[in-house]
Amino acid sequence: MYVADSRASNSAPVSAEPAVRPPAGRRRAVGSTVFALGTVSLITDVSSEMVTAVLPLYLVAGLGLSPLGFGLLDGVYNGFSALVRLVGGRFADSGGGRHKTVAVIGYGLSALCKPLLLLAGTLPLIGAVLAADRTGKGLRTAPRDALISLSSTPETRGRAFGVHRAMDTAGALLGPLVAFVILRRTVDGYDAVFTVSFCVALLGVVVLLLFVPRTRGPAPDPAPRSPEGLHWRMLVRPTACATLLGLATVSDAFVYLVLQRQLGVPERWFALLPLGTAAAFLLLAAPLGRLSDRVGAWPVFVGGHVALLGVYALLLTHAHSPALPCVVLLLHGTFYAATDGVLMAAASAGIPRDRRGSGLAVVQTGQAAARFGCSLGFGAAWTAWGDRTALSAAAVLLVVCVAAVCALRPTTRPASTKANA
Amino acid sequence: MTTRTKLTVLIAAVLALAAVATAAVLHASARADRRDRARPGGPAVTTGEVQLRAGGHRLVFRNMAWGPHRDELATTPAGAPSGPRRATATGLKCLRFYAASGTGICLQSVHGTLSDTYRATLLDANLREKAHYPVPGIPSRARVSPSGRYAAWTAFVGGDSYAGTDFSTRAAILDTSTGKLTPTLETYRIVKDGHPYRAADANFWGVTFAADDRHFYATLATHGRTYLVRGDLRTRTVTTLHGNVECPSLSPDGTRIAYKKRVPGLSADAPWRLYVLDLATFHETPLAESRSVDDQAVWSDDGHVTYALPGDYGADLYSVPADGSGAPSRLLTAGVSPAYL
Repeated sequence: MYVADSRASNSAPVSAEPAVRPPAGRRRAVGSTVFALGTVSLITDVSSEMVTAVLPLYLVAGLGLSPLGFGLLDGVYNGFSALVRLVGGRFADSGGGRHKTVAVIGYGLSALCKPLLLLAGTLPLIGAVLAADRTGKGLRTAPRDALISLSSTPETRGRAFGVHRAMDTAGALLGPLVAFVILRRTVDGYDAVFTVSFCVALLGVVVLLLFVPRTRGPAPDPAPRSPEGLHWRMLVRPTACATLLGLATVSDAFVYLVLQRQLGVPERWFALLPLGTAAAFLLLAAPLGRLSDRVGAWPVFVGGHVALLGVYALLLTHAHSPALPCVVLLLHGTFYAATDGVLMAAASAGIPRDRRGSGLAVVQTGQAAARFGCSLGFGAAWTAWGDRTALSAAAVLLVVCVAAVCALRPTTRPASTKANA
Repeated sequence: MTTRTKLTVLIAAVLALAAVATAAVLHASARADRRDRARPGGPAVTTGEVQLRAGGHRLVFRNMAWGPHRDELATTPAGAPSGPRRATATGLKCLRFYAASGTGICLQSVHGTLSDTYRATLLDANLREKAHYPVPGIPSRARVSPSGRYAAWTAFVGGDSYAGTDFSTRAAILDTSTGKLTPTLETYRIVKDGHPYRAADANFWGVTFAADDRHFYATLATHGRTYLVRGDLRTRTVTTLHGNVECPSLSPDGTRIAYKKRVPGLSADAPWRLYVLDLATFHETPLAESRSVDDQAVWSDDGHVTYALPGDYGADLYSVPADGSGAPSRLLTAGVSPAYL
């Protein structure tokens, strides 16, 4: 069940825990822990996306409020969530592997928020419940990624993250369907949606408790805790690369907006655009993760940003082909498939196991902060110079950042090259 | 724990949770049967004819009381709004509604197999459908000009990530005499602080019309700030007048704007207070309502505004003097989207 990640951890040889290999003659795609974590994410995403899908409707049609306040609050929640993520990662690492405990707390907190939505009838209360939900999400993300990383071998890590992200996205696509089926079958069934969402979230916690093994501390690991210096040196390059590329990553909302306006996608299809990206992400996450195991995670990560460059380029053309929006969404999904899980796989290689949770959290937070900065800058550039100029600028910046990352050349395959020894 | 134990626990959990989930869905779907019974203590609703002609001194709104007429348009005398209400005989349902001078605009959801779509239905004085137009998202605000010639509505578009990130609004204006629809005010020219202005993140919501059938007021949001804009339907231009104004509502005499203002220092969850802005002096008067109001207020006369707050049935209507004096009073329970006729 628990696969020791011996070679990537640090220079000391570790062999106390034998890697569990699948039975001969039957190759399993990923380890059972990764599969279990993917299942937990799938179930949890069904639950949370159910709520996402009906919340605006509930606020406006059910309570007579406007959801606009949340749009403005969301920045606050997101910043808070990023901070909580750092805390979650740190706490999960301390004491030698409390990943599962922290993840259970995070998933559990979000699950408990679902029935509370029913009781919260006014904007402040709903805001508080959603803030708690975001805290849960922030807490669980880093330990979960650390668990995926720690329970896969360096050779199969890309695939492990790819499978996990694909399952996660499948849940996100299913959630709204479940919610609308319930709303169709009921009369004002928001309470039913929230209750079912709670039950589904609770099932996710149960699966997590039963089927995800607790990470044991470094007790069987004869290597001493890695010194602080090594830790940070290992983190600098992946964080720098993720941050640099994040600076040229225009947020989804802008991509869909330009797509709709430049390529003339009818307004009623606007809400469907993210589904196109998600579908491509779902289909490509596992294959591209597998590819990253073969050719190295960083080339795939950089390649994903080349796909994003393709998105910018197509948005800048004046062509009006009905196929163009599909190609743009496919490339956009490819970008996510080649970067989201792959970055975690790539960064894992350089982070000692006893710092995996906090290390991954730092990389994610750096990337998120950079993307937030890019959104602000892009919005300002769009206002000042128009969308085409702003997009051209983003494309140029992306080319520069890709070149810079290629020059930085983070270690790509430490497992086979022992580059981190 | 052995694998067998784990599977047993899992199956038990699945069964228990599925039972709770099924019960919740059945409970909610059985509500259709209970709809025919009003809840004890709730307002009494009967059916009858509802008309939108001006001068009846009546209040027309979306009834939210449980019973067979939930979500239908209903009417009460404006002088005794908490009394029995009369719902439309045709069972016309609206998420949001407004009417003036024999023209009504009803924002409805159309149930599809996998998701809802929305439309704005134009109604004549007898609540007969004259036309309908697609609405690109969840409908939020509705207004008709005092003469009944123009109608406007706002929808929330997007909102694809949890907790409603990336909402944007689209405010549409319809000329009911020609059927010409402006799907979004974003196509209007913007003059901000005296200069032409363009912004990708410009959002408009909460249109309110002047009596001249040429001018209107609305909210413009850009770069995290909101502005009161005065719009001109003939030149297709909007001009910023004042900052921090959302969901304006023009008084019947055309001299003041009631609006919700984001007050600094208040909780980010409940940031709004009701104010009235004098358009001649730009003097702001805080109203006596101390709760956060997330609604576009309606003037019942030149001295009072009506607005919705969350309540036991979803929303209740309240009234407060427009000069900052007095105290808010509950007008009626279980109602939203009022229009005075």
